[in-house]
Amino acid sequence: MAATEADPTARRTGRGSGGIRFDDVTVAYNGNVVLDSFTLDVAPGEVVALLGPSGSGKTTALRAVAGFVRPASGRVHVGGRDVTDLPPYKRGLGMVVQQYALFPHMRVEQNVAFGLKAQKLVAKSEIPARVAEALRMTGMAQYAKRYPRELSGGQQQRVAIARALAIQPSVLLLDEPLSALDAQLRSGMLAELARLHRELPDVSILYVTHDQIEALTLADRIAVMNEARLVEVGTARDLYKRPGTEFAAGFVGNSNLLPVTVAECAAHGDGSFRVTVRITTEGGAPAGELVTATCTEQAAAGETRTLCLRPHFLGLAAAEHHDNAFSGTVSEVQWRGSAHRIFADVHGHEVRLDTNELRNPPAIGDEVWLHFSAEDAVLIPAAATGSPSADPASAAKTTPAKGTPSEPTPTAEPTPAKNAPVKPAPTAEPAPAEDAPTAEPAPAEPAPAEDAAR
Amino acid sequence: MLLYTRRAQRIAWAVFAFFFLLLFALPFGVLVLAAFTKQWNGAFPSSYTFSNITAAFHTDPLDGLETSLITALLSSVIALVVGTWSALALDAVRNRVGKTLIQTVFMLPIAVPSVVVGLALLVAFSQGPVLLNGTNTIVVMAHSILVTAYAFQQVSAAVTRLDPAYEQAAASLGARPYYTLLRVKLPLLLPALTGSLALCFALSMGELGATAMVYSADWTTLPLRIYALDDRGHQFVAAAVTAVMMTITLAVLLAVSRIRTRANYR
Ligand SMILES: Nc1ncnc2c1ncn2[C@@H]1O[C@H](COP(=O)(O)OP(=O)(O)OP(=O)(O)O)[C@@H](O)[C@H]1O
Ligand SMILES: [Mg+2]
Repeated sequence: MAATEADPTARRTGRGSGGIRFDDVTVAYNGNVVLDSFTLDVAPGEVVALLGPSGSGKTTALRAVAGFVRPASGRVHVGGRDVTDLPPYKRGLGMVVQQYALFPHMRVEQNVAFGLKAQKLVAKSEIPARVAEALRMTGMAQYAKRYPRELSGGQQQRVAIARALAIQPSVLLLDEPLSALDAQLRSGMLAELARLHRELPDVSILYVTHDQIEALTLADRIAVMNEARLVEVGTARDLYKRPGTEFAAGFVGNSNLLPVTVAECAAHGDGSFRVTVRITTEGGAPAGELVTATCTEQAAAGETRTLCLRPHFLGLAAAEHHDNAFSGTVSEVQWRGSAHRIFADVHGHEVRLDTNELRNPPAIGDEVWLHFSAEDAVLIPAAATGSPSADPASAAKTTPAKGTPSEPTPTAEPTPAKNAPVKPAPTAEPAPAEDAPTAEPAPAEPAPAEDAAR
Repeated sequence: MLLYTRRAQRIAWAVFAFFFLLLFALPFGVLVLAAFTKQWNGAFPSSYTFSNITAAFHTDPLDGLETSLITALLSSVIALVVGTWSALALDAVRNRVGKTLIQTVFMLPIAVPSVVVGLALLVAFSQGPVLLNGTNTIVVMAHSILVTAYAFQQVSAAVTRLDPAYEQAAASLGARPYYTLLRVKLPLLLPALTGSLALCFALSMGELGATAMVYSADWTTLPLRIYALDDRGHQFVAAAVTAVMMTITLAVLLAVSRIRTRANYR
């Protein structure tokens, strides 16, 4: 954007300070609360992904920023300005919606120039340069004369982004911009978007997606939503490495979520704690081996907690020679070319293990040991698991009580029939392949939302 | 309709051809034939002539053509503007009851016999502050009222079908509502607009009922003249005038439909 940087009029919408602030925003449609006390800050230049299952209120949050839906309560700020009462056309932000909504009667260049002309942002003579710049950034320069119907889905998406970028907004709202593209194009566009953001480091981006890979790849921070509420927000790394809620652990990346009983807990120097735990069987009694895990807070002995184990952090051993391992029985072996996915029954819970292709894979029914290092096994904080007696029954009860019509849609999973999940809810589902969005049907506790949001 | 077998296709064509011939081709064919007829006693004319056509062009009947064209053009443009305006305004009305009420009122001119519309205008403007009796204005008014109903229906349907995503995209790019209307909504509605313009024009060209109530001697439309010719026993000249009118109306409609195809970008 160096070409236009010097132009003083160009800065009129390129408002120096970007950023978005949701301040306790509640949105209801006909009395149905679809966004519940939503509080979130997006710093200038930051990319925040709104990640959540279908119907969790992501689009609604975005529309509240854009001005297409009025909050029942709460305020929305853009660039430090309270825009809650402003009509959409006065908010000065770029938006790309799922269907792109390119104007079909305008050529690509006319589409891109639309915002500049409508707002009379720059002198007429400068419009072609701005349009060319936006098209160059999105790699669409050679398609300027085409009509939208003459473009592929991926190209239309680029034009939609170019159109939003041409007005040099300080805030860019992207609503599942890649959902209409096939997997290959999608990963290409992901890289493009990341590059775009490096080119425009001052632009704040709110990126709605239900795809965890998109969120992990692009976002500085991820805000996990479920059933109209913010469940947890944190850096992509933190959410992945140290999930604070069961829902986030299940939704961001794949994970095995196992109920465990705490045996012992000790400070570990770096502010975290090392806990030794045993798996809790369905009857509620601790069973099996003592293993060590990490926890961000003190845990009391005898407490029941949820242990988050990423499938690819698990190792496989045939004999009992690992200190930190569960014993289990292999229930399913899937060969996936370069990788093996193994399901094992560990004291009544199904555990998934992802590993590079094994030379000698185990057979179904084999006794194996699943080992892991203590820092890769994370105990979900107590606030997230709810009361120590967070049994699946009470967890399930909270779901319909929240008064939202939405429900997470479980992804079609390649679960073999004989592995049909007949286990308590907090247990790990065999999650889908990495490239598919995970939608864990496991209900999340709403309680920690406020804590996490602050 | 997807018909996969040849047989089904043939049957469909046969049924279509039968009804097309019976309902459209036959009456109009007879009319065109009559325009060139000198005498018609049996199943077919017994002798042919061009004199009807020359009569149509040389006597006053075709003066009515100019009157008709001006009336139809004015009233269809008025109808388009008023109908579109109303359709767009009504789209913004959120009150369901009010919306339905207004929609119904717009249907009224179609629902009542057109003679009643003419009568109503006559009663309203024969006395009192505004005197329009016997002017060409009242004829144009009658036509406008009648065809606005159709324009409104057509544009209304198109407006509700318009994807709000376009309007929202324009707004998010900073376009004020008026700019969005001009640059996004109206262009997207263009096919519906030209379509209803054509419909209104055609309807106005053929209007008789209301016109018969309000016309004056110096503003007599073609349908009225055709009726008068037929009344005086000049059927074949009436047929000739009708044939000329049909040709010209068709030409105008074709021209409009050319604009329509160019406006169809999707
Ligand atoms: N115009 C509307 N009127 C009534 N309910 C609505 C409307 N728009 C959305 N909702 C409801 O609000 C809830 C949240 O919708 P929203 O579009 O924000 O979900 P989302 O998280 O974007 O889902 P997805 O991933 O499927 O796009 C849903 O339950 C939906 O049914
Ligand atoms: Mg959505």
